[in-house]
Amino acid sequence: MAYVQQIFFALSLGVAGWFIAQRVRFIRKNIALGKSEPVAGPTGERWKNVVLVAFGQKKMFKRFLPAFFHLLIYVGFMVINLEVLEFVIDGLAGTHRFFAPYLGSVYPILMNVFEFLAVAVLVACVVFLFRRNVLKVQRFQSAEMTRWPRLDATLILTIEIVLMMAILTINAADQVLQTRDAHYTQTGPLFFSSGLTPALEQLNTATLVVIERGAWWFHILGILGFTVYITYSKHLHIFMAFLNTYYAKLQPKGHINNMPVVTREVKSMLGLPVEQPTPSEVPGRFGAKDINDLSRTSLMAAYACTECGRCTSECPANQTGKKLSPRKIMMDVRDRMEDVGASLAKGGPGLNDGKFLLGDYISKEEINACTSCNACVEACPVMINPLEIILELRRYQSMEESSAPGQWNSMFQNIETNFAPWKFPASDRFNWAKTNA
Amino acid sequence: MADLAAKGETPEILFWVGCAGSFDDRAKRVTVAFVKILNSVGIRFAVLGTEETCTGDPARRAGNEFLFQMQAMNNIQVMNGYGVKKIVTACPHCFNTLKNEYPELGGNYEVVHHSTLLQELIDQGKIKLSDSNSFKGKKITYHDSCYLGRANNIYEAPRVVLEALDADLVEMKRCRTTGLCCGAGGAQMFKEPEAGRKDINIERTEEALQTGATTIAVACPFCMTMMNDGVKNKEKEGQVNVKDLAELIAEAKGL
Repeated sequence: MAYVQQIFFALSLGVAGWFIAQRVRFIRKNIALGKSEPVAGPTGERWKNVVLVAFGQKKMFKRFLPAFFHLLIYVGFMVINLEVLEFVIDGLAGTHRFFAPYLGSVYPILMNVFEFLAVAVLVACVVFLFRRNVLKVQRFQSAEMTRWPRLDATLILTIEIVLMMAILTINAADQVLQTRDAHYTQTGPLFFSSGLTPALEQLNTATLVVIERGAWWFHILGILGFTVYITYSKHLHIFMAFLNTYYAKLQPKGHINNMPVVTREVKSMLGLPVEQPTPSEVPGRFGAKDINDLSRTSLMAAYACTECGRCTSECPANQTGKKLSPRKIMMDVRDRMEDVGASLAKGGPGLNDGKFLLGDYISKEEINACTSCNACVEACPVMINPLEIILELRRYQSMEESSAPGQWNSMFQNIETNFAPWKFPASDRFNWAKTNA
Repeated sequence: MADLAAKGETPEILFWVGCAGSFDDRAKRVTVAFVKILNSVGIRFAVLGTEETCTGDPARRAGNEFLFQMQAMNNIQVMNGYGVKKIVTACPHCFNTLKNEYPELGGNYEVVHHSTLLQELIDQGKIKLSDSNSFKGKKITYHDSCYLGRANNIYEAPRVVLEALDADLVEMKRCRTTGLCCGAGGAQMFKEPEAGRKDINIERTEEALQTGATTIAVACPFCMTMMNDGVKNKEKEGQVNVKDLAELIAEAKGL
């Protein structure tokens, strides 16, 4: 019987692993649709961002309350994973509380720490559900927060609550069983679950074993299932945030990426010496019309977005009722990748499905409303840069379609003819000096 | 610049006036005020005059990379021709482009915004304001320019300049890293906004007026236009002034 359980456990692990591997491959392929661009800037700076911003949650703390509760879940997740490791070993080896003999008196302390964290996670998830569904915090009610994004958030929080309750149930049943059967390692009373034991003491041992084993299986299968779910969900930020902070742009936020293709063109027009392009370079579109015109960093960032909406809540255009929402830009990029990836996986047309990121997912009205103020970039706790994407879309609009708003086209013309964005003769440029009394 | 070059002289610094500072009537007053300050402290500066052209910032941000690079290359050729080493400008957009985007195209200069230069002059004691200057004790609020603040992490220099006035500096709720844009960046200055509930500059002006300040200090010609329009829209132009840092210093010094 024990072997059957071990085999079943190994199988479950394998199945979950297979699903996760499939999804990881799918996501990697989607990101690889983007343009490979060299990673500029010192590696040390990048690691500093990973340590401070991802590990250290530095940018989260710009808003204390959500940051505090998020920290509870984050630390809980990191630390409780140690307990999950024991679960996996127990499951595969058919042992019970594998680490207990090695850790001796430290073990009950650890178990108590885990319980505190489990309860902290539980409380934080309840608070977050409350903020989203009862307080209706504004940034979770925006136009793009429709059915799936809302359900996704609620599911994540609910699953985490249920999983934490399972840990407490396991420990409670286990503590009663410790008084009846030597097989159960002594942990002593645990802080929270010991409060549940009186309710269980009337039950017979066989029922308790079923409860303990049932909760144990529920918890570990739940975690495996949840891990698979995460790869389909906005919750993927728990991994991607680390990657994204590493690859995030290091230049001052005001800097816009140069286009070397244009530099070569302009230099040759002006009769300046031109560095020859590497022969393998295929000239693509100017700017971005679809996801394959964006950098892989931008595409990866879309998978790092957890739709917290801090960007959108800081966006001046969004705050004054314009259609632009930086969060939606990231969600659209991800949706487009998922659609293209799914089509390719079925042998479908992929990028050539007649749809484009610009037009079918993101409208011109949205990108043209951006003031490039960098509020969204500043606000993002994981250093996503929606502005970079917006500017690439504008480049396509201006250079490939010449369909920029009319007043911008006039501004371009003024710069071309008068060297100023307004219609003043260039010869008047120094007239201000005449007023210099 | 051409005149100095003909005489074989090199100025300490090039003052990049910018299109707004050259053509916009309101911004021209800032240009003049800043020139008065430079002259009063004896900084030997030059301007490019009619040889200056748009940095290309609005073209790049509206997506026209060709036009941007044409402008940039021409300006770089002119400045490299004169051997320009250091630039000061009163426009955060010019500042950002010259400082962060010209190096990749061959234009390497030390670029400072006028708020930083003013701060240095104050720190060095070269600008001294009398205790009885006209802004002493007056309520002033500072509107962060996105291209100085978030774009280039310059939050303190403008505030140091204002503190030198010994005025009562009051902050808006959204300031520094969370400062609200005036609505003009990203080439929005040159077109009507998209449809929405409100114009961004009105939202920002309301916030500035809530502080009870009688002067809204700005450090950018576009912010100047947007905040001025906002104040007019709220019919407060009689009570509330929008002024650039350079104007405040020049006025306080009686220049």
